[in-house]
This record gives sequence, C-alpha cells and structure tokens, in this order.
Amino acid sequence: MSVKKRKKDFTFLENMYIPEIVKGMALTLKMMFRPKVTMQYPEVRFEPPSSYRGRPVLGQEENGEERCVACGLCSRVCPSLAIEVQAAETTREKERFPEKFEINMLRCIFCGFCEEVCPEEAIIMSKDYELVFDNRADAIYGKEKLLVPVKKLEDRIQFIRKYK
Amino acid sequence: MPKIVIDDKELDFNQGQTIIQIAEENGIDIPHFCWHECLSVSGNCRMCLVEVEKIPKLVIACSTIAADGMVVHTQSEKTVKARSAVMEFLLINHPLDCPICDEAGECKLQQYAYSHSVGESRFTEEKNHKKKRVPLGPYVMFDAERCISCSRCIRFCDEIAGEKQLTFVQRGDKVTIVTAPGKQLDNPYSLNVTDICPVGALTNRDFRFKSRVWDMSSTKSICSGCSRGCNIEVWVRNNEILRLTPRHNAEVNSYWMCDNGRLNTFKHVNAENRVDGPYLKREGNLIKTGWDEAIAFAVSELKSFGKDEIAFIGSAFATCEDNYIFAKFAKSAWSAKNIDFLRHVKPGESDKLLVMEDKSPNALGAQLAGIQPGKGGLNFEGIIHAIKEGKIKALYLLEDDLAAIKPEYESALKKLELLIVHSSNFNKTTDIADLILPASTYAEKHGTFVNFDGRVQRIRSAVTTEDFDRSLDGFEQSRLDKFGSPFDKWSSPKKMDARSSWRIIAAMYSALGHKIKHTMSQEVFDEISETIPEFQGLNYSVIGDTGAKIKLKSAETKSIKV
Ligand code: SF4
Ligand code: SF4
Ligand code: SF4
Ligand code: SF4
Repeated sequence: MSVKKRKKDFTFLENMYIPEIVKGMALTLKMMFRPKVTMQYPEVRFEPPSSYRGRPVLGQEENGEERCVACGLCSRVCPSLAIEVQAAETTREKERFPEKFEINMLRCIFCGFCEEVCPEEAIIMSKDYELVFDNRADAIYGKEKLLVPVKKLEDRIQFIRKYK
Repeated sequence: MPKIVIDDKELDFNQGQTIIQIAEENGIDIPHFCWHECLSVSGNCRMCLVEVEKIPKLVIACSTIAADGMVVHTQSEKTVKARSAVMEFLLINHPLDCPICDEAGECKLQQYAYSHSVGESRFTEEKNHKKKRVPLGPYVMFDAERCISCSRCIRFCDEIAGEKQLTFVQRGDKVTIVTAPGKQLDNPYSLNVTDICPVGALTNRDFRFKSRVWDMSSTKSICSGCSRGCNIEVWVRNNEILRLTPRHNAEVNSYWMCDNGRLNTFKHVNAENRVDGPYLKREGNLIKTGWDEAIAFAVSELKSFGKDEIAFIGSAFATCEDNYIFAKFAKSAWSAKNIDFLRHVKPGESDKLLVMEDKSPNALGAQLAGIQPGKGGLNFEGIIHAIKEGKIKALYLLEDDLAAIKPEYESALKKLELLIVHSSNFNKTTDIADLILPASTYAEKHGTFVNFDGRVQRIRSAVTTEDFDRSLDGFEQSRLDKFGSPFDKWSSPKKMDARSSWRIIAAMYSALGHKIKHTMSQEVFDEISETIPEFQGLNYSVIGDTGAKIKLKSAETKSIKV
C-alpha cells in the first residue's frame, strides 16, 4: 500500500535541519533593516484615527449639561445590552435627561450602533482603548466616567457627519 | 341581510353600520386616528379615506353608512396615495419629538408613518411652534405641538366621563386644546384620554419618563380598586410595577378605568413597608423568623384555645382560592363556626360609569368560597363584640387592615390574646399582631376575583417573589428579562419573601398532619368548581382573559349588595 505524502512530511533537505536554520536567520536579518512598527507602550501611545471605535462616551456641552435626552434608543439598539438609561424630567427645554446612564464595558463589543442611532449626537465612540478593571462592578461606567466635553470629540463628530 | 364587498370579500352587515365598523368586525384594518368605537363620529382626521365604486371622490369610512351592494377598496392606488398625502399634512407641523416623547413605541402616528407614508417631507419651512408641557389637570400633561386635533379627548370628556372639560380654541394651524379658565381636566376618568390620544400630546404625569414601553412586560390582570373588576394590563420592568392601563372588556369596563384604580392600586406592591418574611412578636418586639418556625408557632398557639374561643376572618381583598382554603382550614381543622369577613362598602361613593360602592375586588367571591358564619356561629360584628367581651381570645385574620378602619376595631384587636395576620405591608393591624405572615399582593399571584355582577376573572402574577423565577415559572417577560444575567443591575430585582395566602394555610394544614395535594392555584380552583355549585363547569381556561359568569342565586346577589 502506498503511503500518501502529507504536507507536513519533511523533504530530505528539510530533514537536514541546517539549511532551514540558515533560511530563518536570513529572514531575521532582512527584518532587522526594515522600519520598526512596534510601539513602546506605555511610554509611547497609539493615537487612533477618527474612524477608530474606542469606548463609547457621552458628549457634555460647555455649560456642563449632557446632550443626551435619555431617549433609550442606544439602549434598545445595543446588540449586547450594555447600556442602561433611566430618564427623568428637567426644567430644560429638552424636557428629559438621563438620571442614570451606565455602560457595562464587559458587555460592550464596540460596534458603534449606539452612536449611529443616537438622534442627538450624544453618544460618541471615543479614542479611548485603555479599559482596566479587576472586578465586574468597576466595569460598569456611570455618568461620571462617560461624560466628556464635546470639544474633545470634535474630529469623531466630523467623521460621523461625513459618513452617516 | 344586506351585503357589502370590502377588498373583494363579501360581508354581511346590519343596516345603519358604517364602513369602518363592518371592516373592524371582520378584521380588515382601515387606518384611522379620530374614530373610536365608543365615541361619536367626528370625521376630522381624513385618514380612513376609502374608494367606493360609483362614487367619484374618496369617502371617509368612519361616517359613510354602508349600503347594500357597495363595493369598497381600501388598498387601491387612489386610497394609498390619499393616505400618504394625509400623513404628509399631519406631519407638516408635527415636531421631531419621538426621542423625548413617552408615546414612542405605541404611537399611531409613528406606526402609520412607517406603514402609510413615503417617509419624505417636502416641507422645508419653519414648523409651527406651540406650548409644550402644559398641565391640563392633576394627572394629565399636554403638548400642543404634538396634538393632531383629532378631538378624541374632547369627545371622551363630553360623552363618556360626562363632564365638558376640554375644548378646541383658535383655528387653522393655530388650533389647540384648553380647559375653561380656572378649570382643570380633573374628572375621575381623566387619564383615559392619555390612552386614546393617538399621539403623545396627552401623557400620564405619574408615569412620565419612567420607562420606554418596549422595556416593560405587560401582564393581563384585574384592578383591585373596587368590585367592578376592570380588566387591566400590569406593566413591569425589573420586577417593579410602573403603570397600569385598562384592557378592553365589553362586559365589564369597555376601554376604560378610573384614575383612582390606575394610580392607587399598585404602589403598595413596590412600597418600602412590605412584609419581607414572617415576623413573630416576642416580648413586644417584632423578630424576623423562618417559615417553619412561624407555621409551627401558629399551629401550637391556636391549639391552646377552645374552638369557641377562636374566630376566623377572611378577606374581600384575597382571591377565591385563598378564601376557599382558609374556610376549609377553619372548618375542618378547627371545627370553627365564627367565620366571616368585612365588607368594604362605602355608601354613595359610586358613579354611573364604573366606580362601585364596594371598595374591594372580591366580596362575592369570598362569600361564595365559604367565608360565612357556620350554624350558630358569629358574623363579623358578632365576632368583634365577642372579642370585646373576652369570649373570643384568638383571631386568625386574612389580608385586611381592620385596625385602620375604625378605632373600635383597633381597640378590640388589642384585647386579643393571639392575633395571626396575613399581610403584604406593615400597617396598623400588623402593629398589634403576634404573628405576621407575609402575603403576596394581587400582582404576585394567580387567582380569581368575582366582581359585583358575578363574573369570575383571573389575576396573574406579574411580579416575582422569592419562590418564583420569571422565566421558569411562565411569567410575562420583557426583552430585558429574557437576556439579563444576575450580574446586570437592570435584571437583579428585589424579590419579596411572600407567599399566596392559600399556600401559607396549606403549609399549616400539613403541619397538622392533613394532606394537601394542591401545588398550583389552578388546582385549588378546580376543587372549588367541583364543590361549590355556583362555580360548576368553570376552570382557568374557560375563564380565559375576559372572565366567565357564575350561576348566581338571587339571594346571594341581594346579600352582597346590602
Ligand atoms: S440614543 Fe443618544 S440621546 Fe438617546 S439615550 Fe442614547 S445617548 Fe441619549
Ligand atoms: S458600541 Fe455597540 S455594544 Fe458597545 S454600547 Fe454601543 S451599541 Fe452597545
Ligand atoms: S406623538 Fe408619536 S410621532 Fe409624535 S413625537 Fe410622540 S411618538 Fe413621535
Ligand atoms: S390631545 Fe390627543 S386626543 Fe386630544 S385632540 Fe390632540 S391628538 Fe387628539
């Protein structure tokens, strides 16, 4: 019975070992003279482009008010049920605001649907990719962590206006 | 019988019916805003335009009386185009308020914008601005910009509530709704306008912004505010009741419910003062205890009294099942004769529409289930009297806050040597009790109520207690309930350690060595229908969503109405 030759079976030359090592060393040597792409994180940090989808944040106007009107659409569209919004009444013109706004960063999959559905441009995918926590409770981000001045989100807002 | 053809279907009808009525009866949907089955025809929204052969112009289906041989098209090109044009008109001045509007998700305008509109507006001018957030009365908030001037709310007040409280003022695109100067929308049925308003122009101030409708589950139940037994939906999110809305039942409440029932019959379920687990009184202090200890305590204490020294008081707030097992327990385990319950009738506090004088949901059911004095036994007043005289020393009381009703009852209860109470909340009576057993509220159990008219209707569990699991025990579930985990704050609800009264009594029965075979309230009801002639032939599926009449002897109806 003939034994079928398998891909992983080595040829005679390969079995010799030494030529293969030389081949590998040659590749290493070639790479040493290519430009480096590795970043010395955390000394050097990656600055993502505006198309990047980091953690979702809530835009805060200059007067300290949140843009969000607690319509709950982001919470409804979120495929991983990461967002909880509790609305309440305010005397402001827009009538309602989020009394509570929480995103469970363990659930979030950074899809950006919330940003896409928001009628107020209130929830924005930021450039923040540094999410660290060591227990489940800390992974739930409340308003204090979510609110970010709109100014800091300007280039993402321009980006979504262009492509929405 | 005359015949009409709607969308190629030949249909029989009664002379005098309008096209929309015939369509509705036969399950053909003709879109409409202003027409309502129970209100007069106004014909102002123009949404129900249909094409009738041999009539040159389109006609409105709500006010066109059907004639023999008429051929109606509701889906022809002409009607579809007309409808879309009507939608475009209605949306010209409608604000883009859906994100902040409570109606979103159950809004007719939103729905029709998807199904009967092209989704584009040619209107580029500035929208008309009107007043927003106007309180029309203690419970209803009005947003003039959202109003589409269908006049349903005005007609409801005039024709159903019987009080002319709302009217249109101005005209054209300035038209709006007001109450008379110095007057309010405060009739006892005012909140029904928030249900029939096809848009979010009228909203419930009590519920405003509490939750999105798609985040709640809704459970079919019965209002416990009076003996009418209005059919309702109980809306729950994260195991908390957020609102009640009326459910249509032509035999009982039509489309309506009163404001008192809507606002004041569910807050005790969520309240802080719930009895969470059994409590025993030791040296004047209430101590939380386990179920087994509580049951053992009740049985051994009751045993220390003679059978004429004990009285049993059932409840018009408990279900038929609770009262039936309670009566059975009293009679067979204790040979008791002193059994009765208090009727909560408030003479004069009724009206022509729904509200009844009897402020309890199940007086008739309690009586029929066996809560009546035995031969030679004492009735309610007799029991109170005997307690005062010291002849009755122990009282087992089911779900009724007697001490809050009259100081006379309170002082009588204080004389008792033993008071066992089933209660859902701490109250004046539980302050006096020696043993408090936590009873489930009407929203946490299955069971039946019999209304003033002898109609048995089902209540269903909408809120879970410790013994139940929402998904495993067949509760209604919202999307959040289905996908939540114990690690999500929005699906880790507070659950009460409470049980239906009949379950608690069944446990006592077993402690006495009797066998109780029932595990579900449905089985208790089956026994009721086998043993009590009035309930013969009934079971939970016969009762269904809208209830079933029991066979009443006239004597019983009389005794209950007195
Ligand atoms: S969709 Fe936007 S406005 Fe609506 S709740 Fe989410 S963040 Fe707030
Ligand atoms: S990015 Fe996606 S997963 Fe994350 S919160 Fe938004 S919708 Fe949910
Ligand atoms: S009434 Fe309906 S269409 Fe108008 S804002 Fe409210 S939800 Fe939207
Ligand atoms: S408030 Fe609502 S019910 Fe009343 S006229 Fe306006 S849209 Fe119709």
